Amino acid sequence: MLKTFSLGGVHPAENKLSAGQKIEVLPVPEQVSVPIAQHIGAPSEPLVKKGDTVKVGQLIAKSAGFVSANIHSPVSGIVQKIDDVLDASGYKRKAIIIKTEGDEWDESIDRSPALNKTIVASPEEIVKKVGAAGIVGLGGATFPAHVKLSVPPGKKCDVLILNGVECEPYLTSDHQLMMEKGEEIMVGTQILMKGLGVDRAIIGIENNKKDAIEHLTNLAKDYSGIEIQPLKVQYPQGGEKQLIDACIGRQIPSGKLPIEVGAVVQNVGTTFAVYEAVQKNKPLFERVVTVTGKSVSKPSNFLTRVGTPISTLIEAAGGLPEGTGKVIGGGPMMGKALSSIEVPVTKGSSGVLVVPEAESKRSEVQNCIRCSKCVSACPMGLSPYLLMTLSNKAMWDRAEEGKIMDCIECGSCSFTCPSSRPLLDYIRFGKGKVGQIIRGRNK
Amino acid sequence: MNVVLITIITLGALGAVAAIILYFVAQKFKVFEDPRIDQVEEVLPAANCGGCGFPGCRAFAEAMVKADDISTMNCPVGGAEVMAKAAAVLGKEVEAAAPKLAVVKCNGTCENRPRLTTYDGASTCAIAASLYGGETGCSYGCYGLGDCVEACTFDAIYMDEETGLPVVDEEKCVACGACVSACPKNIIELRKQGPKGRRVFVSCVNKDKGAVARKVCSAACIGCKKCEKECPFGAITVVNNLAYIDDSKCKLCRKCVVVCPTNAIHEVNFPPRKPKPAIESTEKKSAE
Repeated sequence: MLKTFSLGGVHPAENKLSAGQKIEVLPVPEQVSVPIAQHIGAPSEPLVKKGDTVKVGQLIAKSAGFVSANIHSPVSGIVQKIDDVLDASGYKRKAIIIKTEGDEWDESIDRSPALNKTIVASPEEIVKKVGAAGIVGLGGATFPAHVKLSVPPGKKCDVLILNGVECEPYLTSDHQLMMEKGEEIMVGTQILMKGLGVDRAIIGIENNKKDAIEHLTNLAKDYSGIEIQPLKVQYPQGGEKQLIDACIGRQIPSGKLPIEVGAVVQNVGTTFAVYEAVQKNKPLFERVVTVTGKSVSKPSNFLTRVGTPISTLIEAAGGLPEGTGKVIGGGPMMGKALSSIEVPVTKGSSGVLVVPEAESKRSEVQNCIRCSKCVSACPMGLSPYLLMTLSNKAMWDRAEEGKIMDCIECGSCSFTCPSSRPLLDYIRFGKGKVGQIIRGRNK
Repeated sequence: MNVVLITIITLGALGAVAAIILYFVAQKFKVFEDPRIDQVEEVLPAANCGGCGFPGCRAFAEAMVKADDISTMNCPVGGAEVMAKAAAVLGKEVEAAAPKLAVVKCNGTCENRPRLTTYDGASTCAIAASLYGGETGCSYGCYGLGDCVEACTFDAIYMDEETGLPVVDEEKCVACGACVSACPKNIIELRKQGPKGRRVFVSCVNKDKGAVARKVCSAACIGCKKCEKECPFGAITVVNNLAYIDDSKCKLCRKCVVVCPTNAIHEVNFPPRKPKPAIESTEKKSAE
């Protein structure tokens, strides 16, 4: 019996169409627009201005606070302008637009493919380097990685958990990365372990990626303290709290962070980025993005520079199919429909899902029949039907009592609802409102 | 027969004792309430809309009785007439506030502002606004999902099927401000009703640069400042590429309406002008 998390969850059709597709390096785009808000926290402050020449990997926007991240140029060329550009948020936000000229990398970056196993950096240096490289959680939450590595005083971390779950249907970027860069991920794990000062790391992988489990288990033999934990396929296992529960059986109290139970979670993609940052001095400016969908002629995993328009990726995967209803940034469960395919790839873009028109339509909303399927499905043990109503009626105090802030926005409730009620839409909105109220109170 | 009599006498005696006790208890624990609160509440319209800023008419009456100075208070539903009556009851002074009206400041009709995407999520503006900039290229304008209609307790706003924009029924609107706070895009504003309902206002809230705004909506304010220069009373200011007409300074001369290159400034309830080619479209609007 494989391990999984204890509460709720659903199992949507996996549809991993691009599984096994080798990571393909996309050509450098002619122009990139790099949003300055690609992470959770304060948007970065641009350091360049119109007309500046930049190299690949050059710092172009610096972190603007503790929870914020540096941004590096993904291409070499000339800064065209800093302007408002439509991004995946659905709004126009500030971005640095760079016209590409050649592909000249910053001299400090080690571009050799050779594996570098010797970790010379001290724990402090590791945290500093991860911060300087602008690494954020690449699973999609985009939480700055160096913040997680800085264990707050009074707390103790005893285990590092790596997220190789990729529970979102369709997405395969982490899977492919584990297959192709397994060795680098192992070294990255060692780096993170050193940074955190722990001697135990668990890589959680769902059982639908048997090849990755086998591959990493073989590799892990040469590294001390790294275990591979196969997990039962269950959505949303990739959620931090669910993964900790599944791997080590510890539950995080409401409103607390994983460090409360002595764990830190990082995505395998993030771990690879950490390897590159610490061993190769390469900041985060490119990532693996899955482009997939039932109507896409060539579902693929691309290594692409940040700032590349999504349309370029779709083009490389065989073009936008006829009769496309929606293009989703991310996976089908937590992803968000894009309002234009010209929006740029950001650090948090794990996938692009093209949905045919027939599948993209939401069914008609019907009345709640009190079947409580959403309650059973909720991995956080909430009552989604109630939270939706409270949010609709603007009863924020009761929504707060109902632990609306614990919602991880996985969408299991909306997925399971037989009346097709937009549960998550309302809850996410209510969460925003209640969050505002709480922040106002704490001021 | 005897049983019936005994029952009546016993119950009657019990009732009398209880009544005496209750009388003294009521005297002892009497809560004094200013009788003027009832009198003022009587005068108020009992709409309980909250437009005065208090939770319902009773609370407003209490606040008026308590306050030393009620000159800044106003019941938007009852208007000057009701406030004068309430002031008479209390023997306090009240300033007659100019009657206001909700004004929708977006002219992004389907014709002016083409739809680029289709939204099929939860059907409220607030949620749509938390997800993206809306179906059109203008992320400032009306989403057309009717949160304002939902919020109105006076049935004074309805969605125009043709334009996709909300329309305020001038007869019914009491300027309680429920729609103003319901709109996530701050499109609706309470403005002075004006003499004979005549008003001039900028029907746009887009703060994008002129070229960007114009590209997504043909009726957008492009911040060209022509109106600001034209206005003889200094009532118009252009901030963040958006013109705003201060209704306390505006003298309704309508010079700005003529110079606006995108017809973003609207005039309503004016008699039709003598036909001039430049103002054809504004005439159409005033006829509405």
